Amino acid sequence: MLSRTASNLFWMGRNLERAETAARLLDVGQRITLLPNTELGYQNEWNSLLQASGSSDLFREKYGDITQENIEEFIFFDRANPSSVASCLEKARESGRIVRTALTSQVWDALNVSYQELRKIERLPRSKLDTASLTDFTTGHTSTVRGAINATQLRNDGWHFMNLGYGLERADATARLLDVKYFVLLPRIEFVGSGLDTYQWQVILRALSAHRAYHWAYGGDITAGQVADFLILNGESPRALITSLYETVWHLEGLARRYGDGVPVSARDKAREVLTALQARDIEMIFDEGLHEFLSWFIRELGEISNLVHQDYLLGGA
Amino acid sequence: MSYYNEMFEGDRVRDPYARLRDWVETMPDDFRQMKQAEAEALFRRIGITFAVYGEGGDPDRLIPFDMMPRVFEQAEWRRLERGIKQRARALNAFLRDVYGRGEIIRAGRIPARLVYQNEAYEKSVVGVVPPRGIYSHIIGIDLVRTAKDEFYVLEDNCRTPSGVSYMLENREIMMRMFPQLFRNNRIEPVDQYPDLLRRTLESVAPAKCSDRPTCVILTPGHYNSAYYEHSFLANLMGVELVEGQDLFVDGEFVYMRTTTGPKRVDVIYRRIDDPYLDPLCFRPDSMLGIPGLMDVYRSGGVSICSAPGAGVADDKAIYTFVPEMIRFYLGEEPILNNVQTWTLWKDDDYRYVMEHLPELVVKEVHGSGGYGMLVGPKSTTEEIETFRLKIQANPSNYIAQPTLALSTCPTFVEEGIAPRHVDLRPYCLCGDRIELVPGGLTRVALRDGSLVVNSSQGGGVKDTWVLSE
Amino acid sequence: MKLRISHETVYRYDQPIRNLVQSLRLTPSVFEGQKVHSWTIDVSGGIRGPGFRDGAGDWIEGWTVRGPVDHVTIRIDGRIDTRDMAGVLRGHREMINPLTYLRDTSVTRPDPALRDLAFGITGTTDQLDLAHKLSAAVSDRIAFRPGVTQTGTTAAQALALGEGVCQDHTHALTALARLRGLPARYVSGYLHSTIDGQAHDAAHAWAEIQVEGLGWIGFDAANRCCPDERYVRLGSGLDSADAAPIRGIAMGTGAEELDVSVRVEEMPQ
Repeated sequence: MLSRTASNLFWMGRNLERAETAARLLDVGQRITLLPNTELGYQNEWNSLLQASGSSDLFREKYGDITQENIEEFIFFDRANPSSVASCLEKARESGRIVRTALTSQVWDALNVSYQELRKIERLPRSKLDTASLTDFTTGHTSTVRGAINATQLRNDGWHFMNLGYGLERADATARLLDVKYFVLLPRIEFVGSGLDTYQWQVILRALSAHRAYHWAYGGDITAGQVADFLILNGESPRALITSLYETVWHLEGLARRYGDGVPVSARDKAREVLTALQARDIEMIFDEGLHEFLSWFIRELGEISNLVHQDYLLGGA
Repeated sequence: MSYYNEMFEGDRVRDPYARLRDWVETMPDDFRQMKQAEAEALFRRIGITFAVYGEGGDPDRLIPFDMMPRVFEQAEWRRLERGIKQRARALNAFLRDVYGRGEIIRAGRIPARLVYQNEAYEKSVVGVVPPRGIYSHIIGIDLVRTAKDEFYVLEDNCRTPSGVSYMLENREIMMRMFPQLFRNNRIEPVDQYPDLLRRTLESVAPAKCSDRPTCVILTPGHYNSAYYEHSFLANLMGVELVEGQDLFVDGEFVYMRTTTGPKRVDVIYRRIDDPYLDPLCFRPDSMLGIPGLMDVYRSGGVSICSAPGAGVADDKAIYTFVPEMIRFYLGEEPILNNVQTWTLWKDDDYRYVMEHLPELVVKEVHGSGGYGMLVGPKSTTEEIETFRLKIQANPSNYIAQPTLALSTCPTFVEEGIAPRHVDLRPYCLCGDRIELVPGGLTRVALRDGSLVVNSSQGGGVKDTWVLSE
Repeated sequence: MKLRISHETVYRYDQPIRNLVQSLRLTPSVFEGQKVHSWTIDVSGGIRGPGFRDGAGDWIEGWTVRGPVDHVTIRIDGRIDTRDMAGVLRGHREMINPLTYLRDTSVTRPDPALRDLAFGITGTTDQLDLAHKLSAAVSDRIAFRPGVTQTGTTAAQALALGEGVCQDHTHALTALARLRGLPARYVSGYLHSTIDGQAHDAAHAWAEIQVEGLGWIGFDAANRCCPDERYVRLGSGLDSADAAPIRGIAMGTGAEELDVSVRVEEMPQ
């Protein structure tokens, strides 16, 4: 397979996942604004979420005030924001178009339809749109594409590359959201264990579409330890770091088997190493080590895996 | 002016269309509209769209498809086929000659200036003889018909003729929508084209290639208006569709970057123009090209189809000499007619053309796509005078031809069915053999009375049938 | 003359580069005025690629350097016997029709001043005489002065400036000859010394003009002479870029720095 084809499939996966992350942010942000004001107002929370997506500077520069309308515009529509739903869907569709022949017609259709629908929404007056419908639109379409991929794509190297994109992006998004909670949302120690704290954890869970699943898994109260455990180490949780990483390893193993001895496997080796390191920890150890420190390490390791995928497969040996 | 109607002779239906008459005449309007919508939806779904260079606008525009097929009888086609193959052989012989000893010029049959001072004449490949001596591997020859047995060649396209995907998709869609038509008429298939193309490309692999040749299609990228065609062909041929960045030169060969490391490439079917092939040899600013490609090509490490420099054979000034080439290289009389052409850098021709502008078609020497041309009989006095000024400013940039009475073919229009002017572009493949599939791309001028069939100027396309015996 | 040539070109990159591809025209032409005894080309860290003689008779050699490297050295070491042919390129095998060398490039495109100069020479019907007069006109109008022009300076600009180096003289002369209907080209090579005995830049360029009956003849307007045994011819083209001895492109974003040293020495008999 051409390295460029693999690269486009990889980024198609990443961008689809990223579009979904953006939609979740939007949903969660909306929820925050519906609740009684905190001391600093919801601005603070919103800012933190923007930081999670790595785009708070861009937002401040372009919009200044945090208002519902601005946020919606920025996170959903704005092409200047590389992480907006519109940007990500467009990039995913563009990648798909470039490697059109590597996709089944079902996947291409789903991808193309989502883009055409997006263009329709963009032409509607903003007043006719509510946040919930934007979120539903996004998760609906990304799920359809995802479903078409699972149902129809050949289980070949292209499929592995798409899923590597999905897996690495998902791990990254979860890690960043968790990091926001501990590093930004809660700068002051006196809040720990307060109602506000619990509420913020809830927000994180919602942002990851995981609040129901959490209750099924742990029942009862929300505690920092349990939420972190759920999102980091619980292999049943679809967006947990360990789950995403496990899937990443699985797809890298698939590539290594398929390509045989002549092709480097440094990405697989690295991913295995990180997975082993993760499996060796429990949540107590992570808190002892410091959640932020742990997450910083993890995000760095993800970046390194991504880098090695690039070196092993996407440079084409030159 | 009277025009040859390909279906009707007065009230009589000509033989090839005999079985279509009922189909056309009994088709209910609503059924036709439904089918037309269905065809459009199919085209849109498969993504066969085109964008017009420099026009901006919707990048996902469709070329209008007309459901009424254009039909040739076996005997008519055989003659065309012989004429096209003859022309293809002569054009390749010409290229081999002018990049070699230039016998035709020494013999005084073509002015040296027209060849050696031609911008498309590529000095860097003089003396390079590509495998089998073939320079142009896919030749698109644009033909028009003026009478039952009278065909004229409008131009030859020796570089990278486009449109073959329409030939294939038009047929695909017709077969899907009207299977009964294909049962009632015995129509020669065209879907072997991608296999023939692949075999043609493999047959011109360099001598240094020992295994089964690896062929690729080189595209300028997905922003190109013909990207769909590039990806369509790559898919049907089972070869990689590459961009310049996917290829690189290492040592004596060209390689593509793959997930399992570098893979040697033997034959490049390029859909980019000469100046963008290699920044080391041509434009240093080209981002599309592959540095060092031309050195590998010139030393026989890779084949490029069509060969760099092939464009000198399809220049509009060279065009007037194609009949001479056929006589010189093949010792045969041309089967297909050339259109009489006045070259405006000759004083006599210039004078004649300026006196007869309202009757003539005037084209730019290097123009294409129906741009920069004047159709005298279809233009207002004002348009003619404006064009006259352009010619005066730079006469050598123009050629003129008589306005041909292009044949018409029944076409579905708002009011039902009406004759519209058509042309034909068959695609001739040159490798170890010279072959063409029975058919081609029929372009139709959808505007009533228009003689311009280019898609950028309101033209559409039709499925083209050749009946078997 | 027995000449020894040592030519070293060093490219230094501030950030490592990969996949450098070069096309070298660094091998002496084969004709009656030159006979090579030994000639080696070496590119540090490079793989020798395709080598072939092109239609103009030049020996072209492709090299690739996979890298990453932060510098690349191209080293030429050769010994050659030369003979004074009074500028005539006799016995040179080439296939390109001379008429091909009538076309302009962006740096040789004539302006009114070049036209005036070209057509100001009258009263001669002999092509050889005309070629000499055109060459002399360039020598008169463009003084030799390094540092005032750059790689991209056009013939028209150099004439307007009235100063330049051998590249500018050559562009101007090819432009003039083409205006008068004489095929002309840019030649790159080496020069042992100049008429005044002073060693100048040993990498040199001059023009060749096609004269009926004689073929290609060299004219060095910068030195007011025709190439003789002090000249070593490498290759030709429509202009300096087309005739460049070294062309290369690498993957990488960094800036490049260039060091060149050329020595052309006479060997003891």
